[in-house]
Amino acid sequence: MRQDLTHILRWIKPGARVLDLGCADGEFLALLREQRKAVVTGIEIDPDAITAALARGLDVVEQDLDGGLANLPDQSFDTVVMAHALQAVHYPDQVLDEMLRVGREGIVTFPNFGQWRCRLHLATRGRMPVSRFMPYSWYDTPNIHFCTVRDFESLCRQRGIRILGRDMIGTETGGARLARRWPNLFATTAIYHISR
Amino acid sequence: MDHHSVGIVSPHTAQFSEPLQFSCGETLGAYELVYETYGELNAAASNAILICHALSGHHHAAGFHSTEDRKPGWWDTCIWPGKPIDTTRFFVVSLNNLGGCHGSTGPTSINPSTGQPWGPDFPQVRVEDWVDAQARLADYLGIDCWAAIIGGSLGGMQAMTWALRYPERLRHCVVIAAAMKLSAQNIAFNEIARRAILSDPGFADGHYLAVGTQPTQGLALARMVGHITYLSDDAMANRFGRELQPQDSGDSGSATPQFQVESYLRYQGTQFSSVFDANTYLLMTRALDHFDLTAGSGGDAVAAFRGASCKFLVLSFSTDWRFAPARSREIVDALLAAQRPVSYAEILADEGHDAFLLPIPRYLDVFRAYLSRVET
Repeated sequence: MRQDLTHILRWIKPGARVLDLGCADGEFLALLREQRKAVVTGIEIDPDAITAALARGLDVVEQDLDGGLANLPDQSFDTVVMAHALQAVHYPDQVLDEMLRVGREGIVTFPNFGQWRCRLHLATRGRMPVSRFMPYSWYDTPNIHFCTVRDFESLCRQRGIRILGRDMIGTETGGARLARRWPNLFATTAIYHISR
Repeated sequence: MDHHSVGIVSPHTAQFSEPLQFSCGETLGAYELVYETYGELNAAASNAILICHALSGHHHAAGFHSTEDRKPGWWDTCIWPGKPIDTTRFFVVSLNNLGGCHGSTGPTSINPSTGQPWGPDFPQVRVEDWVDAQARLADYLGIDCWAAIIGGSLGGMQAMTWALRYPERLRHCVVIAAAMKLSAQNIAFNEIARRAILSDPGFADGHYLAVGTQPTQGLALARMVGHITYLSDDAMANRFGRELQPQDSGDSGSATPQFQVESYLRYQGTQFSSVFDANTYLLMTRALDHFDLTAGSGGDAVAAFRGASCKFLVLSFSTDWRFAPARSREIVDALLAAQRPVSYAEILADEGHDAFLLPIPRYLDVFRAYLSRVET
């Protein structure tokens, strides 16, 4: 289980209706169903991931997030989750707006591009960072909208999005404390609990 | 005989003496339904799956009737041990609908009040009437609640109708390449098919069995039109392109098929007209045209689905233009808005509407993955 996903669990109320945007193979939804008795639905575009999620007994709808969420009614879910997909959509700002129209609350996780290793990589080598966390070359990456912790919070302010809670994940070796203290420099993954 | 099949199967006939009232107001006093079953019904009768057939389908969905049969049942790609509808887990029931021409009571049956075939006087059956008759068959077989009801095309419409009409009698509803109602274009194609039949002199106002003629040409033409709508442009291009028929003796009169696609369509039409009943074709296309899942809820699909209590799987095929993916999306969106559990996949396939009958790997994977959750 990816670390960011276990952090999210505590923000989901028991029995909640949860929509996962980009649910991949449904690992997180299965966890939510088991540990929170949540009523879960996933949206996914990758054929193999959809089959894998279906095989877990989950409800998954094949849908391209870049096409919007207009088919989903206002406030029809308690929580809308988007883990590690914000940086891969065409219009992250619109997706955030849509998340909070469809759900009462949202939970977003994304890789923090302001983390010191990214900065160092770019500063010293003058090349786009390629790491274990972001293993793609710039020309064939699905991640087309990288942002930093500060960028995200600035967007939330602009859009009138309330930050109900945040959590940061750092590197394995003592990184957790540093990531919470100076997230923009030390967090590898940022986790936000948001609402209108 | 293909060994990847349920093997040798035989049809059964269930007789019903309690009259069935059709939604058009007419009543059928007594009737028969012919059906096949594959697999074993468990002691709790909780592992039964109903297969609903499409326009020209029938009860013979899987297996062979004899070792001499060249072709298995029409959905043998999906029904077998290890196939999505796994007969080691499920008891599968497949019937021929009322008004059909493969053994169930229909226009070719004898009308007890005249002693003659029903012909054009068979009551106009609607999808709801088929579902009511299927519910009687479920009673007859001792099945209170289906583990799943599954159908493609017109069969998917029956499955959805079950979910609204008998919500407590199914746990899962699988709707493949279907729609909540037909478009004007769909109806237009059906109308051409009907005109072809009605204008054949052999049709004799529907009394062809009594007068000893057959509207063979008309029925063949009807099938040719229908068949075009089952295939995609790409499927036809891949299969026939602009290839010409081999010509012997320079015979290239305009009546002779010149392109391979012409010859193929003629063959399909001729084959079909030799085994299918024209009055049944008229009845079935009318039932299809009039089908409207939302009719009972003032056109509101979301309100309609709020009455359902089963879980849904909806599947569509990328090049299907008869019941396009957009029609399936309408079903999915209405289910999501009605807060009903639903899964959906759009299968990338070149074969058009016919794809639902074909062994397309992703289709079978998704289908199997979903059905693995269906408890028995």
